[in-house]
Amino acid sequence: MAANIGSLPKFLQRPTTYSGIWGWIVTVDHKKIGVMYAFTAIFFFLVGGLEAVVIRTQLAFASNELVSPDIYNQLFTMHALTMIFLAIMPLAVSFFNLIVPLQIGARDVAFPRLNALSYWIYLSGGLVLNAGWILGGAADSGWFAYAPLTLDQFGSGSHGMDFYSLGLLVLGISSVAGGLNFLVTIINMRAPGMTLMRMPVFTWMALITSILLVTAMPVITIALIELSLDRILGTQFFAPGAGGDPLLWQHLFWVFGHPEVYILILPAMGIVSEVLPTFSKKPLFGYPFIIFSGIFIGFMGWAVWSHHMFTVGMGPVANATFAITTMLIAVPTGVKIFNWIGTMWGGSIDFKTPMLFSIGFIFLFIIGGLSGVSHASPPTDYQQQDTYYVVAHIHYVLFGGAIFGIFSGIYYWWPKFSGTLLNENLGVVHFILMFIGMNLSFGPMHWLGMDGMPRRIYTYGAEYGWEFWNTVSTVGSYIIAISTLVFIANVIITMRQERRTDLADPWDGRTLEWSIPSPPPEYNFKEIPIVNGLDSFWDTKYTTDEDGNMTPIPQGVSNNNEEEVAIHMPGLSYFPIITGFGLSASAFGFAIYNQYNVVGLTIAILGIVATFFGSYGWCFEPADPEDHH
Amino acid sequence: MTTEHHDIEHPSSLKYVVIAIILSIVTALEVAVVYIEALSPVLLPLLGILSVGKFIVVVGYYMHLKFDNKLFTLLFATGLILAVYILTALMVLFRVFI
Amino acid sequence: MATHETTGHTTTTGLDNRKVMMWAFIGSDCLFFASLVSTYLLYRGKSVVGPYPYEVFNIPYTSVSAFVLLMSSLTMVLALSAIQRGDHTRLRIWLLATSILGCVFLGGQYFEFTVFVHEGVTMQGNLFGSSFFTLTGFHGLHVTFGVVILMSFFVMSLRGRLSQEQSLNIELAGLYWHFVDIVWIVIFTVIYLIEAPNVIH
Repeated sequence: MAANIGSLPKFLQRPTTYSGIWGWIVTVDHKKIGVMYAFTAIFFFLVGGLEAVVIRTQLAFASNELVSPDIYNQLFTMHALTMIFLAIMPLAVSFFNLIVPLQIGARDVAFPRLNALSYWIYLSGGLVLNAGWILGGAADSGWFAYAPLTLDQFGSGSHGMDFYSLGLLVLGISSVAGGLNFLVTIINMRAPGMTLMRMPVFTWMALITSILLVTAMPVITIALIELSLDRILGTQFFAPGAGGDPLLWQHLFWVFGHPEVYILILPAMGIVSEVLPTFSKKPLFGYPFIIFSGIFIGFMGWAVWSHHMFTVGMGPVANATFAITTMLIAVPTGVKIFNWIGTMWGGSIDFKTPMLFSIGFIFLFIIGGLSGVSHASPPTDYQQQDTYYVVAHIHYVLFGGAIFGIFSGIYYWWPKFSGTLLNENLGVVHFILMFIGMNLSFGPMHWLGMDGMPRRIYTYGAEYGWEFWNTVSTVGSYIIAISTLVFIANVIITMRQERRTDLADPWDGRTLEWSIPSPPPEYNFKEIPIVNGLDSFWDTKYTTDEDGNMTPIPQGVSNNNEEEVAIHMPGLSYFPIITGFGLSASAFGFAIYNQYNVVGLTIAILGIVATFFGSYGWCFEPADPEDHH
Repeated sequence: MTTEHHDIEHPSSLKYVVIAIILSIVTALEVAVVYIEALSPVLLPLLGILSVGKFIVVVGYYMHLKFDNKLFTLLFATGLILAVYILTALMVLFRVFI
Repeated sequence: MATHETTGHTTTTGLDNRKVMMWAFIGSDCLFFASLVSTYLLYRGKSVVGPYPYEVFNIPYTSVSAFVLLMSSLTMVLALSAIQRGDHTRLRIWLLATSILGCVFLGGQYFEFTVFVHEGVTMQGNLFGSSFFTLTGFHGLHVTFGVVILMSFFVMSLRGRLSQEQSLNIELAGLYWHFVDIVWIVIFTVIYLIEAPNVIH
């Protein structure tokens, strides 16, 4: 059934055209949404990187006074929030958007408008989270925001933590919506013949990540609601005088927080699992083991959270239990690493940039994993907790791991969506500089931490002897920054190039996304493929002859340039952007409510109205614009 | 896509009403047992059994989970089991032994 | 919920995307309420000042509202049955009945809350007030959304815009509604009934 769309004034009618910016605002196409996610996330990656560079500059010398302690607190808090929620997660979702429908042979995701909503909430929510920078102070209590420090009466007096709690609440909606969308898409929209055990590893990791998102985010949602209520309405959840327990926050946060780190790393592991076989010219070694390891990691991720809390006094039984589960969860990751090495072993390795970053991932993630294993033991963790040793661990797994994996994916899949190739020489320079910079910056943090340098201090005295390695670390961070600029330059140069028509399958890939033109047509596949096995695209290109040698199959005429086919796609809509910005506006209004009662409440109410208008209009808009009843 | 329509029979309207009557009786029982002193040592397990029973009946029959594709049960069970597990783990960690 | 299934796309499982999503969403919502219930139970008995639950809970009163919500599940499933048979009159009757019962429940909650506040239980007063009102408040919010959805379908049906082919929409609304009911089954037992011995003695 359709609302009486014909009777509405033209500007309120459902959009049907694609031109310019308006085309992006009302798009529901997973490829365009993926591109928007990628550019927004890279922007925030640069913001987070700038915050990191300032942090490192402040720490380069003992007793430095570049920034005040107060600003420093905001810097490290926002650096973490930006990198985790506004860079890494959205980059992963960008890949889900771009790649998953193509890898499963679908024309789009299950709920295209919901997909667009996730993006608009992300963009507007990211702005809310950062609003504090220009409105009196950003969040400053650490990204994990331990109560009761985060309460109004113990804080710095700014609204930073309100932007934190309400901004993250809104961003959480984006993540859950996205998780639900991809869960349904992967379960329900696969091409005929693509059983679960014939899905590419990246799609499998996307499925597990989606399950983690929809189950873990509700827990932090409650923690954030309780914090917001304490700060804005004066409830007593974390108020010490009323019996509020700081451990309640910590448990709720980390029950979310630990699955969250697997949400951060599984997509990158999925990317690496695609790149390694392609550039080793060998199938992935131990596909079922990699899949089951991923499932086991997702499942066990729920059993380890209190390893973030070994030092709070839960008692020896709790500590021992979580120590055991944490050591256990190292096993499936080890399995994956051996399988990745097995993939490369005996292969014909092509050291292109995507491959460099994937190999770098393995090396760096092993280091990060090893420091993680040392954290798993409570006695050693007692020394490491709150020192730079943890910072080293975090950055080896998240930078050396997630970010390197993501860059691998960017270089790998760039040609598919742009019809151009990123410059290979600049890519190698990017990799070498980033690898060196990363190790120079985070390597020394291991022994700085073991030497006792605490986290979250804005400066330190020269008498501790930490200055030399801090300076080295800062130099490393500048090298990382330069390498990032090399990457940005590469992107800008490449985007100015002419689109090519011969880049459908530049790497001789194995999976379905390489079987369609680059960039893909709006409908992705002219005909939905029938899948007969794992790496089904590869099987259409190569067979083995009687001697067991791989021989190419003569290909038919490419239908890359055939005439447009009339496949109709989901309709455009402006309701997602309205609903998304409405939600963030209400978050913003409530965040400033305490100080600006009237303005805050007005904005909040307008935001809620926009959300309702957006949602209601959406419900009455047919998913398919050609349906009229 | 067109709704998959079950060839399996749904409970009829009468069965739904009977189920509602049973649910009401169980609710009344739950309220009654808290007033019976003799049962207080086993009050919690008893209430647990009664409410879990109601839960299962509503989910299985009203939400039709018993007759539907097992995927739905999997999706629901994942959330439910994690939820119960987290609740239990937190109660143990905080030494709240109801 | 969109109002109409799109043209015959087959799905991998043969199941409708929206129904798969609704069950996944319900699974997710279990964790939402579990976290709220956890907070309540972890703080039970730990309020530094009163009033305390056993001083204010009225078990007979709450039993009635639990019964009301259970009956609304009955009317909901009868509504679904009606539209699946193409009986639009009964659909409207049972949708309206479910909404009314939902509103009665909400009215009962509102009344209960005002009594509690009058007796000194506030969100800001103590751990009990904060955790109790937040938990039951979010449940009530869920019920409210449910009533809005059901009344929207009621109006659509009155306008002849809800056909038998679209019965999935009612089924999805029903799943959501029953979920809200089973959450209350849990809350009724775990929050109210376990206090009952303290209330009575």
